[in-house]
Amino acid sequence: MTDHIVHPVTGAHLGDNIVRAQQIEKYFGRNHVLRGLDIDVRQGESVMLIGRSGSGKTTFLRCVNFLEEPSAGWVEIDGLRVDADPLHTRSRAHLEQIRQIRIRSGMVFQEFNLFPHMSVLANLIEAPTKVNHVPKAEAIERAEAYLDKVGLTEKRDEYPQRLSGGQKQRVAIARALCMEPKVLLFDEPTSALDSDLIGEVLKVMEDLAHEGTTMIVVTHEMHFAREAADRVIFLEEGLVVEEGPPEVMLSEPTDGRTQQFLRRFLAD
Amino acid sequence: MIAADAPEPGSVLYQIEDARARARRSFQVKFALTWVALVGGLVVALYVTGNIDTEFISTWAPFIVAGAWVTVYISLISIVLATLLALIGAMGRMSRNPYLNGVASLYVSLVRGTPLIVQVFFIYLALPQVGVVLPAIPSGIIALSFNYGAYMTEIFRAGIQAVPRGQREAAQSLGMPERQLMWRIVLPQAFRIVIPAIGNDFVSMLKDSSLVSFLAVEELLYRAQLVGRQNFRSLEALIIAATIYWILTIAFSFAQQNLEQRMARGDR
Repeated sequence: MTDHIVHPVTGAHLGDNIVRAQQIEKYFGRNHVLRGLDIDVRQGESVMLIGRSGSGKTTFLRCVNFLEEPSAGWVEIDGLRVDADPLHTRSRAHLEQIRQIRIRSGMVFQEFNLFPHMSVLANLIEAPTKVNHVPKAEAIERAEAYLDKVGLTEKRDEYPQRLSGGQKQRVAIARALCMEPKVLLFDEPTSALDSDLIGEVLKVMEDLAHEGTTMIVVTHEMHFAREAADRVIFLEEGLVVEEGPPEVMLSEPTDGRTQQFLRRFLAD
Repeated sequence: MIAADAPEPGSVLYQIEDARARARRSFQVKFALTWVALVGGLVVALYVTGNIDTEFISTWAPFIVAGAWVTVYISLISIVLATLLALIGAMGRMSRNPYLNGVASLYVSLVRGTPLIVQVFFIYLALPQVGVVLPAIPSGIIALSFNYGAYMTEIFRAGIQAVPRGQREAAQSLGMPERQLMWRIVLPQAFRIVIPAIGNDFVSMLKDSSLVSFLAVEELLYRAQLVGRQNFRSLEALIIAATIYWILTIAFSFAQQNLEQRMARGDR
């Protein structure tokens, strides 16, 4: 734990790099979507990725846990480094490495993707018991603690179908937390929600950020970014245009493209 | 669901609903009368014209009806085996392994490209020539299972592919290995999708199982033909057999509808 920096909002300490994504490139066919991204995230840091749709922010996030196999580059989470290996995506060794990366990272999707045939509790304990082999009683205890954290204790035995969108997403966050990952990846977590349900989800995420959860968030919620981000990264055409603390990035960015994006975005 | 208040008696709304209910009842009564008139008319006509031998019926009906158990028994075993074959077949058809995929595709193509009766005879009459001698009932069960398994392979494949991609991604992001993802997340959801189709196939199978009468299996049709020919009373015998098939299919279709409704109502 060398060179700690001080959290600009809460004063909490940021640790060493826990996520490193270096020289990440991605082609979809001949379409060069990511053109060499180097993004490192420190322990306890919350990083927000912003940019136009098609700028590559979601693709980058999906490359971090290999839901998309990067065409080149490498990802390291908590000391485990996996190189992009687009020619051997099916090899047993590579798949196992990817699985280890995924165990170290939790993902929250735009569409929640809760398992509809399982109760809320079963959703939360499925992976801890079956993937990490946590004893069931312990997994349930953990699940109840995280349900409490997202404020849905009373929904423990409900099925996802009976929850509102905001509740579903909070359960999805709890599900990811139950694996006690090193980093949480959020892929536009409020984009599928009715506007009156966005707040409850952002509130949970903001609390997590202030408690020092390491997270990478793809978002269009600029107010939220201002409150919860340690660092904001603006992407365009698969490259980092500019990055910095939210006060600077969202108020007085230096790059013309960032300024234009924000002007157009905040005008909407 | 929102419970609607019952309208005041005498109100316009009440009159409208009352008129609708009366129209519905009237339709149902006329519908039932049509069936009773047609079926009853046919029976009475046959009886009055002296074409029906009631003594034959009272003597042999129990013998023929007992064949229904064999029909149901063969169909039940075959649908279970066909479901297992379809599951394996669907995995094969979706496999990236060219050999597995080749085997599964050949199976589907061959079975769907030849008549069921040819398959029945092939197993019972042709296989002994290469040293495989199977008794009649196992032959019939194998032929029916293989045949329905091939059709159901495509149903299962469609069912598995109908499970949203996000479900796989959520399971992957939690670090689930492929096998667990399949058995715990994808297949339970795919099963709910294909259960109506399995029910339909079971009803068809009840009827198609009559083909094993060619192997001298003493099921419904075989028994009807046997006593019908011996006594020159095929009309009565086949009417009995047809009636039993009809009752069986109606009963199972009804049970299936009930099951579907219960599943639709339950938590998904």
